[in-house]
Amino acid sequence: MKKIVKKHPLAIRWFHWINFPVLAIMIWSGLLIYWANDVYRIGFGSTTLLKFFPNSFYQAFKIPYRLSEGMAYHFVFMWLFFLNGIAYVLYTIISGEWRLLLPNRHSFKEAWQVLLHDLHIRKTKPVQGKYNAAQRIAYSAIIVMGIGSILTGLAIYKPVQLEWLCILFGGYKFARIIHFALTIGYVLFFLVHIIQVILAGWNNFRAIVTGFEVEKVKEEPVPEEPLN
Amino acid sequence: MPHFFKTIFTKNSKLNTDQLILKKTVVSFFFFFVLGGTAFWGWQWLRHQPTDSGKTSAPIRRILNTNEKIFNGWLSDKHLAKQYPVSMAADPARVNGNLGLKTPLDTANWAMNVIRAKGDTLKIKLEDLRRLPKTEITFNFKCIEGWSQVTHWGGVKFSEFIRAYGLSEEAGMKYLGLSTPDKQYYVGIDMPSALHPQTLLCYELNDKPLPMDQGYPLRLIIPVKYGVKSLKRIGDMYFSNERTPDYWADKKGYDYFSGL
Repeated sequence: MKKIVKKHPLAIRWFHWINFPVLAIMIWSGLLIYWANDVYRIGFGSTTLLKFFPNSFYQAFKIPYRLSEGMAYHFVFMWLFFLNGIAYVLYTIISGEWRLLLPNRHSFKEAWQVLLHDLHIRKTKPVQGKYNAAQRIAYSAIIVMGIGSILTGLAIYKPVQLEWLCILFGGYKFARIIHFALTIGYVLFFLVHIIQVILAGWNNFRAIVTGFEVEKVKEEPVPEEPLN
Repeated sequence: MPHFFKTIFTKNSKLNTDQLILKKTVVSFFFFFVLGGTAFWGWQWLRHQPTDSGKTSAPIRRILNTNEKIFNGWLSDKHLAKQYPVSMAADPARVNGNLGLKTPLDTANWAMNVIRAKGDTLKIKLEDLRRLPKTEITFNFKCIEGWSQVTHWGGVKFSEFIRAYGLSEEAGMKYLGLSTPDKQYYVGIDMPSALHPQTLLCYELNDKPLPMDQGYPLRLIIPVKYGVKSLKRIGDMYFSNERTPDYWADKKGYDYFSGL
């Protein structure tokens, strides 16, 4: 027997699918801006392990000499990113979905079990509500990151008018570094998210479009003899 | 196939679980792709809008102008760019462009032309400006490219200059315009930003006269804007209630205000 089980409310599906292309546009336009002063790297001393970004990367995505276009699109689509994010957070609070989303006191221990299970080190299945502990932490962290992007973005957008915000993030230069690092964070989140979605399979993916999952339910065994 | 469509258009209550799963899935994905397609079409529409001379389309420009209306609400003479100790100032300061400086300067005959009206031009010499009270500022100069540098400048406040030369009527207009002597570079600035207490008609960098590549003899320093607005080597100054021309906004698609 199969059973239809509601999983994602319509509002959350909307927020999710609006955010996907909007964040993609923000990252793309952000790259057009970053290119004009691409000074970040990972390394020590004069040794560079990873340069943000190699020339081949810029060429592949047609990044160079598009600063003004990047700024224009960034400062238009920031509104959609911001409004959609606010709507998501408000909805989560008002609907009570936050109870399923925020980590609780067990989450950090359980998240470790999820990780070991996903890496096929541990066999026992971890507790899985709507979201498991690792998902709770990841999906809550992404909200904090979103807020961080908006605030550091504002800080480097209006560093004189919002000087206090700029100072809060360690000054103009450091706020730009945080803004950039958060973006790298989104890309890493996206990669893990895609892998997990593929591994979880169709039933799970369908739920973010249709809202429901199909659950197999065991049929009640019919007693062969009537009980006395 | 007919079976499939029959399932889609049958009432939920008359379907078994498998049929209901099929129906709900198909209907949801149908709307998912229709809405996704609409969004993609909207993006294509936006990307193919005719562009102005600055290669920015009208819908984008409208939103950028709205942004400035919103964020200019914060612009205040009380919000000052943070000042730093002079010892932190870079020496030499970074030179990032030479637009408007390529034509050799007639140093002896230079004067700033303050165009009050057609045929009514004030000629201001550097000595005239040096006689006005001098203001020094050490702040984090921010380039639109994304870099910034603490630099130390000296000059006369634009607002002080307006007062000293009785130009309050001109400064009552909405926009200020500046151009280099060769007219190859020009900027437009909203008057509230020009009158901001940190905006300088600047003639000194690190306590010495401006170097040639920093806009000798006189440049603008406007800390509430990106560096593109701090025009080097002022030739003409003019006032208007319409937006004054701006090289980066008119030709290259940058935001007109570029306020910080």
